[in-house]
Amino acid sequence: MSMRKLCIAAALVAATSLPAAAQVQTHYGFGSPATPQDLAKYFSIPADGTGLPPGSGTAAKGATLFAENCAACHGDKLQGNPAAGLGGDRLIGGRGTLASNAPVKTVESYWPYATTLFDYVKRAMPFTSPGTLSDDEVYSLVAYILAEGNVIKPNETMDAKSLPKVVMPNRDGFEPDPRRELRLYR
Amino acid sequence: MTKAPPDPVIDEKTQRMIDGLIAAEQRAMAERAAESEDCDCKEGMFPTRSSRRNFLFAAGGTAGAAAALMAAPAAAQKAPPGAQYFDVPDDPTKVPGRPVAGDGGYGSRSQFESEVRVRYPTPNENTSWSLTPLDKMVGNLTASGLHFERHHNGIPTIDPSKHVVVVHGMVDKPLKFTMADLKRFPSVTRRHFIECSGNGLTEWKKPTLKTVQGTHGLLSTSEWTGVPFATIAREVGLKDGGTWVLAEGADAAVMTRSIPMEKMLKDAMLAYGQNGEAIRPEQGYPVRLLLPGYEGNTHIKWLRRLEVSDKPFMTREETSKYTDLMGNGKARQFTLDMDAKSVITFPSGDMKLPGPGFYNITGLAWSGHGRVQSVDVSLDGGKTWYPARIDSLPEPMATVRFSFPWMWDGKPAILQSRCTDETGYIQPTLQQLVAIRGDNGPTGSVYHLNAIQSWGVAADGSVTNVHA
Repeated sequence: MSMRKLCIAAALVAATSLPAAAQVQTHYGFGSPATPQDLAKYFSIPADGTGLPPGSGTAAKGATLFAENCAACHGDKLQGNPAAGLGGDRLIGGRGTLASNAPVKTVESYWPYATTLFDYVKRAMPFTSPGTLSDDEVYSLVAYILAEGNVIKPNETMDAKSLPKVVMPNRDGFEPDPRRELRLYR
Repeated sequence: MTKAPPDPVIDEKTQRMIDGLIAAEQRAMAERAAESEDCDCKEGMFPTRSSRRNFLFAAGGTAGAAAALMAAPAAAQKAPPGAQYFDVPDDPTKVPGRPVAGDGGYGSRSQFESEVRVRYPTPNENTSWSLTPLDKMVGNLTASGLHFERHHNGIPTIDPSKHVVVVHGMVDKPLKFTMADLKRFPSVTRRHFIECSGNGLTEWKKPTLKTVQGTHGLLSTSEWTGVPFATIAREVGLKDGGTWVLAEGADAAVMTRSIPMEKMLKDAMLAYGQNGEAIRPEQGYPVRLLLPGYEGNTHIKWLRRLEVSDKPFMTREETSKYTDLMGNGKARQFTLDMDAKSVITFPSGDMKLPGPGFYNITGLAWSGHGRVQSVDVSLDGGKTWYPARIDSLPEPMATVRFSFPWMWDGKPAILQSRCTDETGYIQPTLQQLVAIRGDNGPTGSVYHLNAIQSWGVAADGSVTNVHA
């Protein structure tokens, strides 16, 4: 074998024994299985109520909890922003104002789903100690806010079955994004 | 006597937001004025930065404080945020400079540069935002330390060695990824803007804020590095019917948004890099979702979970918030795209031109629908338009820097810019948007204002925010 052929043979061996770096990879196998235990701490409740936890609550219990945990920012009448430096949202009132020149957007007047209220209170409230309320407490607070807004009766119990059935006043108040706005092409 | 039509009233919460922004801007402008109070070029647009007055920014300068500071030892001198104070020699060629790596190995900006983000003073400092000083920025990218912020309950401190991103729902194989796992995947690096859909919310009804930082500062551009969601999707295996993906953050708001699968598979990225280094804590360290061209709040920061579903989750941030109430009482939902927009950053509000002569008008243009195709500039409030020069490379869903040479004759002028994107969409006027969305636009629809911005230049050279 000539020196030249040897060199070529050596080069071929080198090329074919290269690691698989040049191969196209579509799956990598990184990450590890997320077990049911891993997933247990997460929740996100869609409008059909999937994933709502066991437990229940009433407006009567919610009233006490609200006074203790929520009124400082949202006001004892749920009117929102009771004092400078706090700034919690107004929670009730405002029905019939959305098409006016002074719309008041509250849970009662604007939110399309009661399940969102449960998800958000459980997720992010109270603001200074989020995620500390029990599911019973969240159900009770939701019941209280909805009852104060005359969305449910004062004695209705909120739980995984009843909450998704609550029909919010503004459920049909939303429409998909209509952009591109065709009038910009006139 | 006929009753006058009701003046569009802004809802009480929006009004509080607007009042707060006005107050914040006034404070920032007062600080800048104090900064330049003994400047001989006070009337000019580029105050020279040759005296120690510059260091008074952080100290809140008054004449008395200035005298005290001038006499104080160097140790007492204050540098602006992000800078360190050093004594300034009369002639830097006659004394050795500072030692190499004397900064500990991580550099800081010049002590003569004092631009900062301005925080909107919400009553609660954990749920607030800060605005990028666009008027003082050069080029196209935003310095990481000046990238605008919006947080819903503060900036979490997250140890990346303990952080996990879980991907589950309608998938074959739910997986969790450590940061080390994510960084093993091939990455992509792309320049994209992020803009808050509330950018300009004060400007619907009348010109309200004075500076471009106030009117447009919820816009920033970075180079982002991360893993495409498509790569992660193949690892977990998407099931038929998965049309939405919930993204969840690891902050105290545990912020959630539902994102269409179509978008996730088009160009969504799990970004851990920003401008060549780890993403900043304010921007979602150690990893955020990046959705090029989507409204800022959807780019979930401190990303900890993605759940594939066959429907949106109707979270608070896509029902109660970030929906656009129109004049007819109906609200637009999932208004995710940021339409084409542009703004002149020089000259802009609260500047003063020293006199007639040449000025290089410059600004930024961007579109959530692709590349910027062209930018036009008007000097007469939109009656006539001239093509601007594009000074940086147009890239999809990224800002471009544009400029326009202007010989100012000293007469009043109204400067405008207008962006056309690669789809042929032309940035609208405010009147066009209000005609479509209702005359109580500012009331309900505070979001998605992408109208042409006007800056009035008076005969004395002062520049103000106007509606034209």
